[in-house]
Amino acid sequence: MELLSWGEIAIRSVTQLTPVWVALIITFFVSIRYKRSLGLYGKLFDSTVGMIGFALVMFWVYTGLFSTMFDLIATHDPLSQVSGMKNKVPGTPLRGAESGDYPYYLWGGDNLARDVFSRVMIGSGIVVMIAPLATLFAFMVGITLGLPAGYYGGRLDLVLSFLANLILAFPVILLFYLLVTPEIRMTGMPQYMAVVLFSFPLIFFGVLINSRYYIDPMKRNILMVVILGVLGWLYLSLINEANSKVTLFNAIDGFDVDAGLLTVFVSVVFVNSPTVFRIVRGLAMDIKTRDYVAAAQTRGEGTWYIMLWEILPNARGPLIVDFCLRIGYTTILLGTLGFFGLGLESESPNWGATINEGRKLLSIYPHPALPPAIALLSLVLGLNLLADGLREESLKD
Amino acid sequence: MLFFILRRFAVMVFTALCLTFIVFFMTNLYPNLEKLAKSEGNFRMDDAAVASFLDNRGYLDPLPIKYGRWLGVLPGYVIEGSDGKTRGQCFERGTDGKGAPRFCGVLQGNWGFSTVFKDNVGSIVATRLSLTGVLMFWVMVLMIPTALVLGVVAGMREGSRTDRTLSTVAITTTATPEYVSGVIFIAVFSSSAFGLKWFKGSAATAMENPTFENFFLPVVTIALYGMGYIARMTRASMAEVMTAQYIRTARLKGVSFGNIVMKHALRNALIAPFTVIMLQFPWLLNGVVIVETLFNYKGFGWVLVQAAGNNDIELLLAVSVVSVVVVLVTQLISDIGYVYLNPRISVN
Repeated sequence: MELLSWGEIAIRSVTQLTPVWVALIITFFVSIRYKRSLGLYGKLFDSTVGMIGFALVMFWVYTGLFSTMFDLIATHDPLSQVSGMKNKVPGTPLRGAESGDYPYYLWGGDNLARDVFSRVMIGSGIVVMIAPLATLFAFMVGITLGLPAGYYGGRLDLVLSFLANLILAFPVILLFYLLVTPEIRMTGMPQYMAVVLFSFPLIFFGVLINSRYYIDPMKRNILMVVILGVLGWLYLSLINEANSKVTLFNAIDGFDVDAGLLTVFVSVVFVNSPTVFRIVRGLAMDIKTRDYVAAAQTRGEGTWYIMLWEILPNARGPLIVDFCLRIGYTTILLGTLGFFGLGLESESPNWGATINEGRKLLSIYPHPALPPAIALLSLVLGLNLLADGLREESLKD
Repeated sequence: MLFFILRRFAVMVFTALCLTFIVFFMTNLYPNLEKLAKSEGNFRMDDAAVASFLDNRGYLDPLPIKYGRWLGVLPGYVIEGSDGKTRGQCFERGTDGKGAPRFCGVLQGNWGFSTVFKDNVGSIVATRLSLTGVLMFWVMVLMIPTALVLGVVAGMREGSRTDRTLSTVAITTTATPEYVSGVIFIAVFSSSAFGLKWFKGSAATAMENPTFENFFLPVVTIALYGMGYIARMTRASMAEVMTAQYIRTARLKGVSFGNIVMKHALRNALIAPFTVIMLQFPWLLNGVVIVETLFNYKGFGWVLVQAAGNNDIELLLAVSVVSVVVVLVTQLISDIGYVYLNPRISVN
């Protein structure tokens, strides 16, 4: 078989991504059709920048979803090496292809003779799974600590701000090297940090429910048991792992998370939360002087009620915008970890690691390193544009 | 003002102590020490040999004592080892320690000995830091004027086509981390596959002899990531100033647009970017680590990676002291500068 031309490669890549295009078109069609009844999300479709950003983000979300969950997009196994395909240029026919195999390496082979196209597509699954989740955890930590710091001020604020500045003064990469090496993992350090950091969502939801429904104990108790039960089980399954430092809850351990993945997750949450803390603290300090807060205080509402049900909803605009930006930043951090070969095992097709591997032969074979680099760029760019569109639209009213 | 600076200085020293203690703690965890012992001694040592190796060199003493020794507030260890040799922290390498001082920590100007580079930490950090200094200098020369011009031009007519275009450019550069832009630049401008070969993909020769050809790509790579952020801040600040009352007054008086921008708006619009530029330094440090690894430029960031990857405790501590001081000093300068530039703010 012949080498594919660039045009053919483009056409075949686009065809391979058909499920993504279909999903994207449906999403946009439905959203634009009903945009007047969808609140801030619907308003996003009034701004061109916001729409472009949203399209880029959703492209990768769908790609990640379809390629990891349904095995639709990738043409080959991201880990299998095919002899004779090492560093082959894009469009090379697969050597010894049997019927049922996809007959080409669309974007070429990397230095271990694996398919670049499949690796990039499957790598997106890792990013779109970890980055939003880690950002969400960082927000939980930042909100739970930032609200009281901003609301009460005083000594509590002093101590928490000092701690936040302490973490922020670390160069991120040094912190990663200190947290993510295999030796540190042996000491159980990341797991202990997970125990602390992952408890914040529990605290957050516990306080959230209690402050709202403490006047109706029956309802509160039911809600508490259901929500905290589920979250608590997730929490214990997450932190607990057989043959590690935290094995107290083996009996109810629902699932195991790869130790490297957990370490990466913990360190990304750890690095992000001080910044979120500072933002929330600043917003809380600003909002606590408003009249509706004074009204709630006069009504005799509890302080946690005021913080979580008066201040937090009114800080949502800037927080949503920052959430988008921060997912982008988390994506960059994940890439940085991969770039330095930290955390996930080197086989894993995450973009950072793929870039790192590709850069070694960059001046001769640029094709393995460029696709993940451009993929990462487009995802982060999409998130930034999305945040920009959201900011513009939320400022309009 | 003096009190303000003194207080900030005290906080700074306290922060530096906390941070170095954390690094000290992390690098002195037992698995890390074990790795160190095996790479220093030999890889086939059993657990008992590792323990005696570490014990003979004072690694197994309590953490606060070790930290005090490193700092130079406690006397250095002198241990008669299990192999009959007497070792001391303050002994010159290869001597029996006659006339050695009792204290030899950071306070005495002794930063320790690097186990990776087999050299004094002080001199390693000094040479590498000067190399990174050259890099940073050119980054600043490129980044600050470009970012300010971009921001001012975009912000002076908010919402115009120029503004939209420049803002998109700024967003794109902030969305491009160094390891992405660096890889793209190398692939496009120096690989044989694209055939341009305008620049060199490695800055290894730039350490002795920086030229445009071998130094431009690393400089651009770092500058680009920071540039977008500064430009956006400048734009926001400029756009805000341009809606101020005194600008409208000036326009109504008939002052030309160029004069309004240059004489009335610019000074007030540049207050905010100043703090942003100062606070960019810590971020640049990150970029330096990535770019120096990518372009094989053996500066401070490269040393950080080497030290961290090999658990070179004393080198790592020195590296973190330097970077923490850079972060805290730039924060201090930005606060003080803000007060000087903006007469409406007072330190109290």
